[in-house]
Amino acid sequence: MTMNAMVAHLPSVIIAQADTPAIDTGDTAWMLTSTALVLMMTIPGLALFYGGLVRSKNVLSTIMHSFFCAALISVVWVAVGYSIAFGPSGSNWVGGFEYVGLRGLLWDRADVAPTIPHLLFVAFQGTFAIITPALISGALAERMRFRAYALFIGLWSVVIYAPLCYWVWGGGWIGGKLGALDFAGGTVVHIASGSAALVCALYLGRRVGHGSEPMPPHNLPLTVLGAALLWVGWFGFNAGSALGANDVAVVAFVNTNTAAAAGVLAWLVFESLRTGKPTVLGAASGAVAGLVAITPAAGFVAPWASIPIGMAGGAACYAAVSFKSRLGYDDALDVVGIHGVGGILGALATGIFATATVNPAIIDLTFGLDGGLIEGHAVLLWRQLIAVIATIAFCGLGTWILLIVTNAVVKVRVEHKDEVTGLDISQHSERAYSLVESGGQVVSAEAEKRKALRIPLRGERFTAVVEGVEPEELVSHWRHLCVDYGVGVSSELKELYGSFTTVRGNRFNFRGGDKEQIRSTLERLFRGVSKSAKVRIDSQSEPRP
Amino acid sequence: MKLITAIIRPEQLDDVQHFLDDQGFDVMTVSDVRGWGRQRGLLEVYRGQEVEERLVTKLKLEIAVNDDRVEAAIDAIVRGARTGETGRVGDGKIFVQPLEECIRIRTGETGVIAVAS
Repeated sequence: MTMNAMVAHLPSVIIAQADTPAIDTGDTAWMLTSTALVLMMTIPGLALFYGGLVRSKNVLSTIMHSFFCAALISVVWVAVGYSIAFGPSGSNWVGGFEYVGLRGLLWDRADVAPTIPHLLFVAFQGTFAIITPALISGALAERMRFRAYALFIGLWSVVIYAPLCYWVWGGGWIGGKLGALDFAGGTVVHIASGSAALVCALYLGRRVGHGSEPMPPHNLPLTVLGAALLWVGWFGFNAGSALGANDVAVVAFVNTNTAAAAGVLAWLVFESLRTGKPTVLGAASGAVAGLVAITPAAGFVAPWASIPIGMAGGAACYAAVSFKSRLGYDDALDVVGIHGVGGILGALATGIFATATVNPAIIDLTFGLDGGLIEGHAVLLWRQLIAVIATIAFCGLGTWILLIVTNAVVKVRVEHKDEVTGLDISQHSERAYSLVESGGQVVSAEAEKRKALRIPLRGERFTAVVEGVEPEELVSHWRHLCVDYGVGVSSELKELYGSFTTVRGNRFNFRGGDKEQIRSTLERLFRGVSKSAKVRIDSQSEPRP
Repeated sequence: MKLITAIIRPEQLDDVQHFLDDQGFDVMTVSDVRGWGRQRGLLEVYRGQEVEERLVTKLKLEIAVNDDRVEAAIDAIVRGARTGETGRVGDGKIFVQPLEECIRIRTGETGVIAVAS
C-alpha cells in the first residue's frame, strides 16, 4: 500500500479541516434549503401535477414515475452521474471519472461554489438530475411498461443528462467555449426534457383511444396542488442556482415569482379570448410556463424583464398546447408544449434581456459581453440559439437511440389489454381509489334530519279531464307549455305543476292540491288553443290498463 | 306485479328515495348508468381543448311493485326526480313492465308476498 492510500484511510476530519477554506454558514443554510425545495418539486410537486392530469386508472403509475425517479437517480447520481457531469478532468464533451462514488469530495469545495461544502453542491445538482427525467414522464404517461421506464430513465440520466449538464455547467463546450448562458437549467432541464418528451411520444405512439375518446384529467385539485408546490419549489431551483445567499439569489427569487405570475395572467387572457372562460388548469399551466421561461434568465435579467418573459412563456405555451392536437402525436401531459417551448423561449429571452448590471458574472461567463441584445450584443442571442439547437439535437437523437436499446431489452409499450385496464392495476397491482364513487348513500343522523324538513307526498289522487280540444292539439300544446324557452314558463303552469303527476290522453292526474283551483287553471291553459276547452274533475283516478 | 325502472339525475336520488320511502317503498336496486337523450352533454375545456362528454351520467332505479301500488310509486318518483319549477330536459324517464315472477331467494316465497311493496 502506498503512502497516499494510507493517508486516504485516515479519518479525513483531521487532515482535511486544516487546508479547506471555511464555509459561509449563510450560503450553506440557503443551499441546504434550496436543495430540499428542488427535491420537493419532483416529490410531491410533479408527482401530483402529473398525477391529477391522467385518468384515474393511471394515477399511481404516474406518481410512481416521479417517485421512483427520485429514488433511482439519487443513487445513479452519487455512483456516476455527478462525476460525468462535473468531473474537472473531462474533455469538451464529457466529464472525468474522478468523482465516481463521490470519491474525495468530503471536506472539499467546488470551484463554482467555494463558500459551501462540495457535497452540498453535489446534492443540489442531484435534485436537478432527478427532476429532468421525471419531467419526461409526462409524455410517456399511461402507456409505458414500468420496467422499461426504469431502465430508460437510468440510462438517460447517465448518457444524456450528465453529459449535457457537463456541456453547460461542468466546463464543457457550451459553457466553457461557446459562452452561452443558462442560469438555472433552461437548456439542461427544460429543453432537454422537452425534446426527449417529443421523441418518447413519437416512439411510444398514441394512447389507445387518443383522439377518439375524451381523456379529461381525473383530479384537477391534485394538479393545482402540484403546480403550487412547483411554484414554491422553484425558488430553490432558481434562487438556489446563485449557489449562495446573495444579491443574485434575491434577484432570481423576485424574477421567478414575477414570471410565474405573469405566465398565469397571460395564459388566462389568451384562454379567455379563445374559449371564453379562464380555467383553473390554465392558471396552473400558465404558472409552470412562466417558471420554465424565466429559469435560464432568472439571475441574469432585471426584475422588469421577468414580466415580458413570463407573459411570453404563458402565451407561447398556451399556443403550443392548443396547437398540439393538430400535429397528431400524443404528448399526454404537454411536456413538449410547456417545457420544450417554454425552455426555448426562455433561453432566447436570456440572450435578449441578460445584463451585467444585474449579475457582473455575465462578463466572465460570456467571455467579455456585458449582456445580451439590450446591451447591444446580438451575438449572445446567436450563441443561445446554437445552445438550444445543440441541446435539441443531442437529446432528441440520444433519446431515440436509448428507446431502441430499451425496447430491445424490455418492450416499452404495455400490452393493449393492460393499457385498457390501466397501468395501476397492470403494472403495480394497485388501485388509487377504492371508494364507491357515486350513488353511495351515507346513513347518518344528518340525513335523517334533512328528511324531516321535506314535505311528505300526501293528498287525494284525482283526475282532471280536458274536453273540447283535439287530441293532437292537446298533446302539442301541453308539450309547448312545459318547455322553458328561456323566457320562463307561464305562472298558471307553475300553479298546478306541484300537484301534477302524469297525463294519459286527455286525463291529467294530480295528487294533492285544490281541485277547483287546479281545474280552472288547467281550463285557462287550454283556452289558449281552443275556446271550447272545458275541464271537469273525475274523482276516480283512471285505472291503469 | 310490475317492474318499475326509472332513469333519474344522480343528484335527485336523495329526493326520489325520500318520496318512495314516504309511500312505503323501501326496497330498490340502484345502478350507475350513462346514456343520452334530449339533454346535451357537458362541455369541458382542458388546455384549450374542448371535450364534449357525450354520455350523461344517470342513475337507474329498479323497483318491483304489486299492481295496486304502481300509481303511488310513479307519483313518488316524478315528484322526487323533477327539478326546477316546472321540470327540465334531462329529468329522466320511468318505464313500467309486467313482471312475470318474483322470488325471495332466502325463503323461497314467490309472487305477491315476495314483492313486498
